[in-house]
Amino acid sequence: MSDRKSPSEDAAEQSSSPQNSNNVATGISRRGFLKGAGITAAGTALLEGVQVFSREAVAATHSDVKELGPGAVPVTLLVNGKEHTIQIEPRTTLADALRVHMGLIGTKVICDRGSCSGCTVLLDKTPVNSCMTLAMDARGHHVTTIEGLPQNGELHPLQTAFVKHDAMQCGFCTPGMVMSCAALLEKNPKPTEDDVRHATAGNLCRCGTYPRIFAATLEAAGTSTRNA
Amino acid sequence: MNQFILADCTTESGALSQLHDGAVVKAGGVDLLDLMKSGIATPTKLVNIRNISGMRGIHETAQGLNIGALTTLAEIEEDPAVKAHYAILSDACGHAATPQIRNMATVGGNLLQQNRCWYFRSDDFACLKKGKDMCFAFDGLNQYHAIFDNTTCPSVAPSSAAVALLGLNASVELTSAKGKRTVAIKDFYVHPDVNPMTRTVIAPDELLTAVVIPKPASGTRSAYQKYGEKRSYDWATADAGVVLEMDGNICRKAAIVMGAASPVVMRSPKAEAMLAGKPITEETARAAGKAAMEGAQPLSMNGYKVQLFPVAIYRTILLAAGQMGRDPSAVG
Repeated sequence: MSDRKSPSEDAAEQSSSPQNSNNVATGISRRGFLKGAGITAAGTALLEGVQVFSREAVAATHSDVKELGPGAVPVTLLVNGKEHTIQIEPRTTLADALRVHMGLIGTKVICDRGSCSGCTVLLDKTPVNSCMTLAMDARGHHVTTIEGLPQNGELHPLQTAFVKHDAMQCGFCTPGMVMSCAALLEKNPKPTEDDVRHATAGNLCRCGTYPRIFAATLEAAGTSTRNA
Repeated sequence: MNQFILADCTTESGALSQLHDGAVVKAGGVDLLDLMKSGIATPTKLVNIRNISGMRGIHETAQGLNIGALTTLAEIEEDPAVKAHYAILSDACGHAATPQIRNMATVGGNLLQQNRCWYFRSDDFACLKKGKDMCFAFDGLNQYHAIFDNTTCPSVAPSSAAVALLGLNASVELTSAKGKRTVAIKDFYVHPDVNPMTRTVIAPDELLTAVVIPKPASGTRSAYQKYGEKRSYDWATADAGVVLEMDGNICRKAAIVMGAASPVVMRSPKAEAMLAGKPITEETARAAGKAAMEGAQPLSMNGYKVQLFPVAIYRTILLAAGQMGRDPSAVG
């Protein structure tokens, strides 16, 4: 994420909001976007009405409330069957906890806004965006990442099928795609192509490898005899 | 994203004790984290209600349905009772955002999320909705903006679930330390003309704890469809929620709801009047779609919505009536 553009460029050129992503097709231009903003387009705007909260005054007096942070605190997360104790701030996302604090860099962060699903991991058996989940909210759940799919050194059948069908080009969306499809097969072992399309509806692949991803998933499920 | 204190709450009363001095409630966290990553919201304390178990789940009662505010969109979509008797809600929750987000997003958070407008959602634009004195959408890019009620702030209502819940005459239950009150969805949202910065009538010390839906009259059929630029998932450029109370093929009463047409989710009494007391046919459905656009005031770039909404409404009326399948060109 170190190469992310400034927010203004991001908004004008490649906003991660799904609706805003088709800038070429819809004729969105930086100039048009800024029109009306005059020469004072840039300006920090904080949401007024949000009062500054005095940290010193904080005291959780209610017995059903436990305060964490704002500084780093020790947290134990169960990832791929193994407990990891890390020091993180409450603002740390699950994606950053996995990648930065645990070194599990198989999970990719692409849009960082829940729009591309590249960061998909399983929380228990449910696929979620790790970029939009606070790591603190993964406490008490089983987290499964792409590193957790192989068993006893053998690739998951889905991973084998992805390789066989060459279901990737640049490969950046692949971990998220595989996790979405793995969650589908866990829930529905005999999916149709429509089921696979539905399960991967949130996963964007800019290389356009979707047909091979569908074929690989159907083959792994044994519901298709199509070959690559 | 700024630093903050996370107040983990296990009970409703614990959460209510934290709602002061600008603390912001976090449930699924999807819209809140989006706003915080963009620098639009900078709370120094988040009240984490995600793990309050009593606020999650769908309960059928004699009066209808009671849905805990922490129930996820995916849970609502897949619930057999919702599918059987509240198809519009199952449709709407099942076509919101992406599968991953539907697994995380709660119905309470969905109803409370901020409107869609790329100027509001960029911290480079000090706009009306941020308490400043200017809207950038009128002279800027406004192809996704409102075609009704758009003279102050033409941002659009974001929630598919709200479209369904308005059509079903649902209410939200708001809880504070002083007690509970129930507010109908039709009275829940604040029009930008009244205050562009205030989205709902919820008070800072209140928690949205449940959604309450009355049991539909016998013979009720309903549906929701959303149109966007992508088929896989997208924000709506036009969407329609339809609830028909049928007596054979005669429609006793109809609710026609539009989401992405205006800053506050709206019903169209003019469209509904075209169906009341009449059979549902291609002709009456088309007339309703056309009537819904009376009074529309498109901006410089969103005139296409005046053509798209009637189609969305017409096809969704026929879908609700069982006379047409789900539109393959709709989102999802």
